[in-house]
Amino acid sequence: MAQNYGSKRTVVGAHYGLRDWLSQRITATLMALFTLVLLVQVLVLPGPMGYDKWAGIFAMQWMKVLTFVVIVSLAWHAWVGMRDIWMDYVHPVGLRLALQVATLVWLVGCVGWALQVLWRL
Amino acid sequence: MADTLKPRPEFRNIHVSQIVAYRLPPAGIVSILHRVSGVLMFLLMPFIIWMFDASITSEISYDAFRSAFAAGVGFIPGWFLKLVVLALIWAYLHHLIAGVRHLWMDATHAVTKQFGHNSAIVTLALSVLLTLALGWKLFF
Repeated sequence: MAQNYGSKRTVVGAHYGLRDWLSQRITATLMALFTLVLLVQVLVLPGPMGYDKWAGIFAMQWMKVLTFVVIVSLAWHAWVGMRDIWMDYVHPVGLRLALQVATLVWLVGCVGWALQVLWRL
Repeated sequence: MADTLKPRPEFRNIHVSQIVAYRLPPAGIVSILHRVSGVLMFLLMPFIIWMFDASITSEISYDAFRSAFAAGVGFIPGWFLKLVVLALIWAYLHHLIAGVRHLWMDATHAVTKQFGHNSAIVTLALSVLLTLALGWKLFF
């Protein structure tokens, strides 16, 4: 059998799996809580649904900060999920790398746009 | 010793051509739809941000946002936009409910076959019913 220790050991990870599993659940919980907070505001705040009420919800500084955190969480969550999908279904290394890079470019672009919308209000 | 020499059973991934004939249990359907809904929302992310942008930037953009769904925008008719939003509503609800199911299983170690089956059916039913209810509000 080939040597499998020291500098020639087969590297099987350093809890990358645990890290992804945990970050996926933490970001998911944040997004679920955000959904609840937004829903409560839409249902509880007085007045009919319209521009004033909708924009008013996102005008508060704490809501902007919370939305910012959720946008970052969403991108991170989508990255872990899409990476899992590419790893499961796309086996040629070059193609997989290209798709993973494209995923990151897509996500970073979306985050930039979303933050621009959020903070120019 | 003879018993231990029996060939071990091998379980391979099924081939793409077998997908249609493969009877997936409810938990399997929830699982693959979790992926499908996630990819859908990933691909439609620019559309979601466009909606956020238009609905919140100014009263003028808010009116343009509303008229896009009533009368269409550019070459895209309003009903098609509503269909895309309906798909997003389903994707979000399914992903959220299936995700809460995951969190529940992690937190309570609910790993029995029976719980997996029942919670999968609840996930499918709840997401479809809520989608229909919100779709009704969206279209009528």
